[in-house]
Parts: sequence; structure tokens; C-alpha cells
Amino acid sequence: MAEIKLVSLKKSFGEITAVNEIDINVKDKEFFVLLGPTGAGKTTTLRLIAGLEKPDKGDIYFDNVKVNDLGPAMRDVAFVFQYYTLYPHYTVRQNLEFPLKSNLRKTPQDIIDKKVAEVAKILHVEHLLDRQTINLSGGEMQRVAIGRAIVRTPKVFLMDEPLSNLDAKLREEMRTELARLHLDLGETFFYVTHDQIEAMTMGDRIGVLNEGVLLQTGTPDEIYNKPIDTFVARFVGSPAINLLDAEIDGKKLIIGKRDRAMQCSLNDYQCKLVGNAKSKSVILGIRPEDIIVSREKQEINSFECSIYFKQSMGVEDVLNLKVSDELIFKAVAPTKFNANIGDKVFANFMMDRSHIFDYESGKRLEI
Amino acid sequence: MAEIVLKNIIKRFASLVAVNNLNLEIKNKEFVVLLGPSGCGKTTTLRMISGLELPDEGQILLDGEDVTFKRASQRDIAFVFQLYALYPQMTVYGNMSFPLRAQGYSKKQIDEEVNRAAELLKIKHILNKKPRELAGGDMQRVALGRALVRRPKVFLLDEPIGTLDAKFREEMRTELKRLHVDVGATTVYVTHDQVEAMSMGDKVVVMNKGVLQQVDTPQDIYRYPKNLFVANFIGSPGMNFMDCIPFKDANGKVSLKIGNIDKPLLIPDKLQKVIIDKGKVDKVIVFGVRPEDIYIEFKETNNYLKSKVFITETLGSYNIVDVKLDKYTVRVRTLPVVTPDINADAYIGFDMDRVSLFDKETENSLM
Repeated sequence: MAEIKLVSLKKSFGEITAVNEIDINVKDKEFFVLLGPTGAGKTTTLRLIAGLEKPDKGDIYFDNVKVNDLGPAMRDVAFVFQYYTLYPHYTVRQNLEFPLKSNLRKTPQDIIDKKVAEVAKILHVEHLLDRQTINLSGGEMQRVAIGRAIVRTPKVFLMDEPLSNLDAKLREEMRTELARLHLDLGETFFYVTHDQIEAMTMGDRIGVLNEGVLLQTGTPDEIYNKPIDTFVARFVGSPAINLLDAEIDGKKLIIGKRDRAMQCSLNDYQCKLVGNAKSKSVILGIRPEDIIVSREKQEINSFECSIYFKQSMGVEDVLNLKVSDELIFKAVAPTKFNANIGDKVFANFMMDRSHIFDYESGKRLEI
Repeated sequence: MAEIVLKNIIKRFASLVAVNNLNLEIKNKEFVVLLGPSGCGKTTTLRMISGLELPDEGQILLDGEDVTFKRASQRDIAFVFQLYALYPQMTVYGNMSFPLRAQGYSKKQIDEEVNRAAELLKIKHILNKKPRELAGGDMQRVALGRALVRRPKVFLLDEPIGTLDAKFREEMRTELKRLHVDVGATTVYVTHDQVEAMSMGDKVVVMNKGVLQQVDTPQDIYRYPKNLFVANFIGSPGMNFMDCIPFKDANGKVSLKIGNIDKPLLIPDKLQKVIIDKGKVDKVIVFGVRPEDIYIEFKETNNYLKSKVFITETLGSYNIVDVKLDKYTVRVRTLPVVTPDINADAYIGFDMDRVSLFDKETENSLM
């Protein structure tokens, strides 16, 4: 149980600034996910919190106590890594007992037994307790690794892409189990991943990191529906948001520089937004599920295009729609739409659900 | 123009049968994906098509010509491996022109071909860069470009994007599909990722333990899986499975008893007929239903089963609500506004037109 506060945290390796003055407040009992591409600085941030790296600048607080000068052991965090770090020739029970038997803690055996039994039950590994870890499947090993982290009650759980080496099915299962485990334990989780689905499905809040800079912090809903810039907009959501170059023309956005093929009417709020814009050039962001495809032209913001190709997602199809060679975007359609390549259709932009970004900075326009 | 036919192909490695009596027809210009878990024989199949591996039995026809024992270099096919495999000392131009120089093309021809490929792949601006200056996605494009300049009859791709970040993978899926639509060359693609298979393939070939499981369009493989393996492998989140026993009531109507739930699940005549015809009354069968084919209500509803909410996962454009039904965790796809409390009572119903039934013993579909 702990609140974590990172204040202007900075860490460089040689000329590379891995973490560039980031500020994060993780609330007590929160599941916080730090999301970003490879090399964003996620793991470095995690190691700074754990005390495995020393910051060049800035402070780290646990429950308002500065821990900068405390070593990893004194910070009382539990780490779960991408690669299971179990003792291969120990049994599952021995692996789970290990953290409790450390000289620092000296837990009595009856308490150890009780704790191990509890944890084994939570993670469904009771039947494996006397097996050597070397004989376990990947999913079982990762469960034991998580079990070893939760067997004692650390201040904070730090997790570094713990699911990324599992196959797709198991990852799905473990996602739900981790989210539920977090609720049941009521502890603070700090979780690092490059997988936006993990972030969206498990996080109470998400911090999006790129090139060492924290771009946005918010609930999954805020990150998805109010991305602060084009990077966050693109990084979260699959299929990815369409980002189309556009030009402001009074109460409209014109898309397609040469042929001005698409003229999108804006709502009152959006008119105010573009009224304040610094430049005429903007980027229109619209998610594939917010473009509705129809066979007939609709009243407003309905644009003729052809089906370039489709990508099946099973539950639905992602249609790649082509207005011209330069103007191609994605829309989601139900499989019963029966899209065929080359079909002439209409793309209906749900402009109320769109996002407008500044062309130069990529930042979301705000009033 | 290239058509590939595999007839009764068997390939053994010592006592292991890697590919067991495979029959497959790949039509001209088709994008065929070989899909399965590691060790299913998909890469071995690809290597036999390329000529890098020879079958122990059977025949391989390329445009009607028997190429079973022809060398790789005589088959006019391009092989793109998972790894980048670019020459680090050469520029992008040098890398892409290499296969043509090796074949003695003139400078002018080389220039034309490289520019054509670079245009298609949108990498003209990096032709003078060295591989180490490129981002991961661009490296893959160059590797593809090097295959493309030869205008081969067939493209063979072995997990070419497996090592990229999730976000890059999504972009490359679209790039590859688009490239195929534009170039129209016969393509055989190997992957263990069902999303790649579904979103790119004209046809998906599911393999397991050397044995072909099903060949179909993505839509049909999703909707009409031939057995439990395919049903489980395709779709994310995956299909829900529950053991059940069909039984006849006093009126001769067949209903399902799911797990230990007392309330019978009523099923339409069509499913009753399947069960009676296959002699499955009073026998254990497997009931399969995809998350999007389940309805959820929070009050008692006719022919809905009572369950408890385990956790809700938000994905932006939709939610997945996990409920506990008897001993099963059932995933239900809902609109983003459905966010029930943990442990709330939930009633779930099934779209009976879209459920699947499987034989418990053979694991084959009963439909």
C-alpha cells in the first residue's frame, strides 16, 4: 500500500536522455500503466522507482517519504519481470517461500505456510506446489513469478511487461486475472508495457511515454477519447485512428489538398476550436469505428469512395477506403455489410466524435 | 502468373512427422496464410515450396510443372525471412539493387526497377541511407523491396513482422496487404498470429502438429470452424467453450444443461435437430459461443443464465465483460457504456444462430 510520486525525474545514459523530467502521481491502490514504444524510457522509469538506477535529477516519494537514497531492498517493492526469474530446481513451494525466508524478514514457518497456501489459491497453482519450476508451462511459471511477488506484502508492485512472452491466448487470460488480482489485493501496481490493449484493459490510469517524455496521463477513457496529440491518438486504439491533413475553411474542414474532395461540416464547438487555431492547416483525427459506411449517400459529411481492400477482424471488417491515391483511410464495418473490393460506397464521418490537431505541433486544439 | 499445388506432401525429421500428407492448392494472385502454433509444420511447408527443403513423399507443382526436386534458385520465388538480413555496409539502394546486379541487369534497368519498388513501398526518400539509420518498419520495407525488384512469380514470407512492436505490426499488416493488392503476386505467408492471418489472407490455412485443420476465407474460418482447435485459435478474445449435456424433456424438446446449472438452456429446432441427428442426446458435448454473440442484461430475462461479473476490460470502442457462469469464465463483448460492478448479478443470453457445437471426443464441429 503506497502512493508513489515522481517529481521532475531525469535519467541519461551518455548522450541519450532516457527519462526526461517526468512527473507522475500514482494514487494508493491504483493500477497505473506506463505505456510507450520500445526505447520510450518505460523500463528505466521502473528501475528508478525500484532503486536499481539513480536519477540524475528529481525525486521519488513513497507515501510522501523521499526514497532517493534508499537501496532497492529498503524500498520494499516487488518486481515481476518479462522473463520469469524463478529458481529452476526449486519446487513451486520453495520459490514462493523464498522471499519470506530472507534474513531481512525472518518469518515464522507457520505464517509462511499460511501465506504460500493463500497465494497458491489466488493464482491457481495449488496443484503445482511440489513440482519443480523447470517442469512448468510458460503461463504457470509467470503465475508463480507473480505469486512470489505477492507472497509478502510490499509497498508497491512493479511489473515490467510480465505478459509479453506468453502466447496470445494465455496473455488474454492473464490480463483479466491480473486486473482482478489487483482489485482483490487492493495494492498499488505500477505496470510497464508497449501493448496498448494491456494498458487499456487493466489500467485505472495510463501514462503515455515517448522518447523519455510523458505526453499524457489519464484514464483509459480520457486517453482514448481525448488524446492530447497525434502520437497518443495513433498509439492507442486498433485499428489505428485515421489522421488526415486538412485545411480550415470557415465552418468546414477541407480534406484532399488538390481536389478538395471532402468538405466536412463542423459543429459549433469545433468551429470555436478552429476559430482559435494558429494556422489554417490542421490534422483531422477520426477513429475507424467513427466512420460509418453506407451504400447510399447520407445528408451530411458523406463522401463517395471505393473499397480498396478489406482486413477481416472476425467480429467485423476493417475497410480501407480510397477517395484518391493520396486519400485512403480505414473504417470499421459489420461483416454483414458484405464489402467487396472496388465497390462504390459512402463514408460517413461522425464529426462529433472526431479530433482536431495542430498541423505543426500535433497537439490537440483546445479552447 | 503462378499457381502452386501441393499433393500428398510428407516431410519427416528423424521420427518426427513435420508435415503429414498435406494437400493444398494456391491460386494465382492469391494471398494465402499458413497459420498455426510453433511446431505445426507451417515453416517446413514454406521451405518445401521454396526448394530449401525437399519432401519425403508427394509432389509440388508450380504452374503445372513438377518442381518437387528443383533447386531453390530454379524456382523463381522470393523468400523474405523474419530477420532483416540487410547488408549493413550497403545503402538502401545498394541492398535493393543487389539481386538484380547479381543477375546481370543493366544499370538503367536496375534504376527503373529499384525506383518502381521504392515508390510502391514509399521508401524513395531513404534510398541513400544505410540500414543502421533506419527504423524497424523501414528496414522491413527495404527487405520487402529487395524481394520485389526481382518480380518473382511467388512471394514467400516467414513471420516477417513477428519481431516488431504491436503498433508497427499493425501498420505493416496494412502495408503488406496493400502491396499485395497493388502488385497482385501470389503470396504465401507464415505466421502464428491469427490477427495477421485474418487481416491479410484471402485464404487461411490452419495447421496443427503437421496436419492441415481447415482451409477457408477469414470470414468462414471465423464463423464456421471445423473443430475445437480452429475455433480456439481464431479470434481475440477467443470463443467461449462450455461442456453441456443435451437432454429431452417430457414434450420431446431437446435443451442443454450447462455445467451444474439447473436451469436448462432452450435451443431452436435447428440445433435440436443437429443434436438428435448426431446421436448426442444425454452425451457431453461442447457449446461454443463468441464474445460478440452473447447478450448481457442485469435483470432476469427469458432463457438467459445467471452469472456474476468478474471484471470489465475497456478497449475504447468496446468493452469485454468477464462473467463467472458455473465454473466457466465467459467473455462478453459489449458497448463501451456497459461497466457493471464487480460481483454484480448478470444474465447472459446467446445468439443461437451463431453458436457452435462440438463433439467432446473427436473435437470436430457437429454443425
